[in-house]
Amino acid sequence: MSQTLGHSPTQVREFWSQRLGVDAAAADSVLSAALSRGGTFAELYFEHKRSGALTYEDQRVASAQSTLSQGVGIRVVEGDAVGYAYSEDLSLDAMRRAAATAAQIAHGADDEVAPLDITAADYPADRYAAPAPTTDAPLTEKVELLRRADAAAREYDESIARVEASLVDEEKRVLIVRSDGRLVADFQPLVRFNVSCRSDIGDERRIARWGGGGRMGMAYFDEHSPESLAQEAARQARLQQDAQDAPAGAFPVVLAAGDSGILLHEAVGHGLEADFNRKETSNYSNRIGKPVASPLVTVLDDATLLDSRGSLNIDDEGNAAGRNLLIEDGVLAAYMQDRISADHFGVAPSGNGRRQSFRHIPMPRMTNTYMTAGEDDPEDLIRRVDFGIYCKAFSGGQVNISNGDFVFSVTEGYLIEHGAITAPIRDVNLIGNGPDALSKVTGVAHDLEMSDGRWTCGKDGQAVPVGVGIPTVLVSEMTVGGTQMRSGAGMSA
Amino acid sequence: MTAERSPLELAAQLLDLARRAGAEQADAVAVASTNSSTEVRMQQVEKVAEAASRSVGLRVIVNGRQAVVSTSDVTDTALVETAQTAMELARVSEPDPHAGLPDPSEQTRQPAELALFDEAIPLLDGDERARRALACEQAALDASPQIGNSGGATFSTRVSAFALADTNGFAGQYRGASASLYVEVMAQEEDGSLRNAGWFTAARQLHRLEDEASIGREAAARALRQLGAAKGETRQAPVVWEPRMAAGLAGIVAQAASGEALYRGSTFLAGREGEQVASPLLSIADDPTLPAQLGSRPFDGEGVGTRRNPLLEAGVFRGFLFDCYNARRLNAATTGSAVRDVSSLPGIGSGNLVIAGGETPADEIVQDVADGLYLTTLMGFGINLTTGDFSRGAAGIRIRNGELAEPVSEINISGNLREMLNDIDAVGDDSQWFGQTVAPTIRMSRMTISGQ
Repeated sequence: MSQTLGHSPTQVREFWSQRLGVDAAAADSVLSAALSRGGTFAELYFEHKRSGALTYEDQRVASAQSTLSQGVGIRVVEGDAVGYAYSEDLSLDAMRRAAATAAQIAHGADDEVAPLDITAADYPADRYAAPAPTTDAPLTEKVELLRRADAAAREYDESIARVEASLVDEEKRVLIVRSDGRLVADFQPLVRFNVSCRSDIGDERRIARWGGGGRMGMAYFDEHSPESLAQEAARQARLQQDAQDAPAGAFPVVLAAGDSGILLHEAVGHGLEADFNRKETSNYSNRIGKPVASPLVTVLDDATLLDSRGSLNIDDEGNAAGRNLLIEDGVLAAYMQDRISADHFGVAPSGNGRRQSFRHIPMPRMTNTYMTAGEDDPEDLIRRVDFGIYCKAFSGGQVNISNGDFVFSVTEGYLIEHGAITAPIRDVNLIGNGPDALSKVTGVAHDLEMSDGRWTCGKDGQAVPVGVGIPTVLVSEMTVGGTQMRSGAGMSA
Repeated sequence: MTAERSPLELAAQLLDLARRAGAEQADAVAVASTNSSTEVRMQQVEKVAEAASRSVGLRVIVNGRQAVVSTSDVTDTALVETAQTAMELARVSEPDPHAGLPDPSEQTRQPAELALFDEAIPLLDGDERARRALACEQAALDASPQIGNSGGATFSTRVSAFALADTNGFAGQYRGASASLYVEVMAQEEDGSLRNAGWFTAARQLHRLEDEASIGREAAARALRQLGAAKGETRQAPVVWEPRMAAGLAGIVAQAASGEALYRGSTFLAGREGEQVASPLLSIADDPTLPAQLGSRPFDGEGVGTRRNPLLEAGVFRGFLFDCYNARRLNAATTGSAVRDVSSLPGIGSGNLVIAGGETPADEIVQDVADGLYLTTLMGFGINLTTGDFSRGAAGIRIRNGELAEPVSEINISGNLREMLNDIDAVGDDSQWFGQTVAPTIRMSRMTISGQ
């Protein structure tokens, strides 16, 4: 397949100039066309992405896929307004034509600008320094991982009647050149392993999915064996056979450490993206310095975690991605910024400008979002609940930015009765309102855990990989959307 | 550069390269599109995006081994590499007796003319897009002093061409165009908190888009009527699904009727063909043959002619949707329901979904409810198609004594689809199109509503 190429920023720059003819001089020419109508800022986002997928079902490799996607996204900014165009054709003529299209957001006379002083910027490129991305690994090794997952799931329980597994990976070579002269390059690997298991008992079928990954090479599987990922999917599918109807009403909820971080992603994460706050359409608008959560709650967005699915060396606007405090002891500290919102608020960009691909306009997005550890014992948080539910695995979540209502769908949950976890419950949706739900956090345990890399966040039709994390947390009341009516309300001590 | 080649020429060229590389069976898909959009907010133009795009993909089948390779680099060199990579990847796959192209007799020789391309759409320029988006947002902002903010209005157009060529000798191409307008505005509560709502119109023919001002006014009215929303109490009660919500229900039924879900054993409709699975009031069909609709296509992703497929007729489940592969796996026949993009194997998908309109005026459907919910918003992913479990976040309006009363939000509605479909006790005569679905008001006699 593709021969192995280097992954350092310098090698990525050489890849663009030697393979695709894109160097500082070409970029300068395109930027000059982009600013020809007088825009205040322009940026070129060159992306070369190779992705692959191997799928395994019915105990054989069902298909092998490979996709090459390359092109340049050209953005011209004039105040709060943006002109955008892209080209898959990387010839200078085609790129300059696209630049002229984007340039029309500004209304000045047609006038090429003087050459820019473009300089390659240094930054620490060490957050996913995978020496051997999975995209370079032999396909036979990947097939073996899929076989192992399939076998382990079937062995887990005799009810496991059907298994599907897949390995999906990509490598991006990104080059960003801006009219302020900054040039950065980055190599971004990503791998995800997925297993789906079906448990059959009589006519009753239950399906569960599990997986993981990150910005890593094959070394991921040294610590996360395909067997362990497959057994987890099988365990959840089998468990669902014993699940009973979930209760309906407002009850205390204990969120297990790890994937429950989806609560933060929905309840506060999106609402703190600065585009909504610049427009004052978020329920967190104009609340910096004010309490928005229980004093037990401190939340970070952190692109610096090693190898995590949401980690980044640089964001998709060429700024250093960082570790940003969002909520400190319940008080709103800062929003997540991209270039336009940072200009609007007069602050430095926080490195949260992200996009799905060169075909998309960047906007403020999360990276890895998590709540810091507290002091409670996780078992103790469960003991404090007389009647409620315990949530462990999820299929997704969603939020309404303006009114703050958010949901998440629980696929592995249990009843808590008299301080102990009892029966598993069927799939159930939970709904809350951001600041209200977070003000009801009455316990935070010491067991912070990050999710394994399986989450993808969607916003305005753009999907980007993210991480979430949380310690075990007690929320004194949330609305649980089961079908089982209960008389009397729940209580939490 | 190669910008002059049509998608069909690109697909044919790639197919030829695959043949020369040794593929026994192969098909190539090419898609070209031009997408343009203008977004305005608070009466200022905020974003203008315009780009032409093309990509091409190849599926090869060698001794039952399948691989798919796609590229957005359509230079001659890249196409040669694409064909070679596909042959290499196919060696990694394992033989599957059901993999293969359709039987040539299943493919269409004379694709229907469906009026999918309106010449007026590519002629719309950025100024006209901006004018329409501004008029829409202005109408929303003018609706009431309580509409204090806007998420913006976006007018978009898309012009595209889809081509498919295969080693059976099938070669087909069709063009399509569409235009859409979306707006979101916020009404402000006395304490400053926000109630937002959006509304949209989309069509393949420019003159069939709804008037900009009416879209803006509808979004404003929806935001205003949520002012003061609170949770109600937890209870079981009738739920009236407004047409836009009912449209989503049709989508759920279509997913559950996928032949791939049947093969995977992941649908609650498995084994129910010919049985009464829903109320006799409910009929749903998938119809990709309707002229000038967004979900229409003359042939499917494998070159099979499209047709109208009934899913539910008076509540009786008429059968699953199939592509060729899943049909072979289950001894069934393709229903012309293969969907395709350049980068993956054919899948199964619906075209236009049609919930047959009923005879009850929509206001009567509400008048018959003493205490219930008029559902206007659903949130989240709480649908388990394997078990039928349904649990989603919701908002809407409380029905009291047959009238729409106070707004409610931050609630859940739940049930099981097997019962929910049977519990439909009214279907309205007020069908409306939403994108690829046309649906009327429907009522379910009982769901669990979780609030306080």
